[in-house]
Amino acid sequence: MIEAKQLNFSYSDSTILKDIAFSIKEASICTILGPNGSGKSTLIKVLDKLLKPQKGTVLIENQNIDKLSLRVVAKKIAYLPQETDISFSFSVFDVVLAGRAHNVGYLSQPSKQDLEIAQKAISLVGIDHLRDKIYTQLSGGQKRLVFIAQALAQQAKILLFDEPTNHLDFSNQYAILNLIKKLIKNNHLTAIITLHDPNLAAWFSDTIIMIKNGSILNYGPAKDTMTAQNLSELYDTNITVLKNNDRLFITLSEFV
Amino acid sequence: MKNTYLILISIIIIVVSLGIGPYRIAPIDVIKCLIEPKNSVNTTIVWDIRLPRVLFAFFVGAGLSVAGSAYQAMFKNPLVSPDILGVSGGAAFGAALAILVFNHFYFVQIFAFVFGLIAVYMAYFLAKLKYDLPILNLVISGIIVGSFFSALLGIIKYLADPNNQLPQIVFWLMGSFANVSFSAWGAFVIIALCVLLLYLLRWQLNIVAFGDDEAKSLGLNITLLRKLIILLSSLITAASVAIVGIIGWVGLVIPHISRLLVGSDNKKVIPTSIFVGGIFMVLMDDLARSLISGEIPIGILTSLIGAPFFAWLYKTQKRL
Repeated sequence: MIEAKQLNFSYSDSTILKDIAFSIKEASICTILGPNGSGKSTLIKVLDKLLKPQKGTVLIENQNIDKLSLRVVAKKIAYLPQETDISFSFSVFDVVLAGRAHNVGYLSQPSKQDLEIAQKAISLVGIDHLRDKIYTQLSGGQKRLVFIAQALAQQAKILLFDEPTNHLDFSNQYAILNLIKKLIKNNHLTAIITLHDPNLAAWFSDTIIMIKNGSILNYGPAKDTMTAQNLSELYDTNITVLKNNDRLFITLSEFV
Repeated sequence: MKNTYLILISIIIIVVSLGIGPYRIAPIDVIKCLIEPKNSVNTTIVWDIRLPRVLFAFFVGAGLSVAGSAYQAMFKNPLVSPDILGVSGGAAFGAALAILVFNHFYFVQIFAFVFGLIAVYMAYFLAKLKYDLPILNLVISGIIVGSFFSALLGIIKYLADPNNQLPQIVFWLMGSFANVSFSAWGAFVIIALCVLLLYLLRWQLNIVAFGDDEAKSLGLNITLLRKLIILLSSLITAASVAIVGIIGWVGLVIPHISRLLVGSDNKKVIPTSIFVGGIFMVLMDDLARSLISGEIPIGILTSLIGAPFFAWLYKTQKRL
């Protein structure tokens, strides 16, 4: 479905990604774990053609995204940034409708069908009651839902989430991931997500990519990669993994 | 529906304005002259003197407001005006230079137009020297270019003959619709075409307002679109300034009023800006030629009324 081949990315003097290679199959959830500054967000942007790698390629359905226009990429991949600051009081519907941009000519307006798709996406996420509210006045969790609806309106098969749980409270983090998981499984989509909490990652993901200093440390099914040894190496701290009925509980060793 | 009202109000105000001035003509007589031009004083005044002036005021008001709305979306900042990339500064220098060297209105217009565009090109080029083109680079290079041209303007003012040329430069900078005629048809055409194109691009402005990465991931060629918005807005401003001089505040305040009226969706903001901006400018020009026996420079009026209005807006609106 989506494949990265020897991706290398650097800003003028510092290398961010080194020889990143992986392949993620359809209808699965892959989480990228890594300490701050390990290159997670950069990798997500490279996958969405927002940044151009100096070396290596990204393939979607065996097509090199470098050869595809942004419009075509937008039909295949949706990207949800960590934060979107909007300076204008757009309504929730306006924000969701923006997901249809790849289908609207530069000199034309969204069609009736585009409006319907946006409305459907709003219903699918369950935020009909927010439809006409002003986006900037929503809570952090609600804003996240609006952008999930926008991504669904985009009708892309691959969704990239950069820290979707950022700034959310304890229960909302779980609620958002639960919703994402449900949408992914029900609609046969593929998701690549960056997270900071290995507990959420272990519960949520099919595969895990561990990144440290721009290189892949470990990559594989969640149940194989989420070991105390791997995690301790990833975060440079002693980490303990407890098991209870197949569920993993990951914590710092000093708390145990 | 709302647009129909705005069109209707625009037409009424334009017709009434054609009768306003030192020589007053009743609206009904204005309509008679418009429908059936006869060989009369009224017809000459309405057709040859007032019509180009009032129409151009409408065009300039509409143009600057649309350019302002487009820039505010593109810069993700409601405090931006069409001047942000230095177009007015460049045009002011160009006009002053032409007054100093040629002293013919034709050259003044051409020089103002060309130097306005040169200033924007310089700002854009300067911003592009950086690795990427984030919006902040554009703002900074606009400030650099703007202050550079304002220094050049200072030199021209310093060199100008204080009895003859300097007052001309000063008056030009304050703006006036008094000398507009249909010979400036080029400016009419440029403004009309650019406004039309920005009107067609209006929904894309919503996407642009989300920011670069967001717009790109939604499938927009943001580089191309940004070039287009800068080009169209600069052409509008340069063509306006070239004919009537510097007019402040309109491009900043009218987009705000429009958003207050119809919300932030640029699909509605752009058409509303066209009419509200046009109406505002026609009314300001009515005041300019009727408040006192002489003419009040239009730039003074728009700022004199625009600034307090903006202060009020700033005070009463939670979010701008």
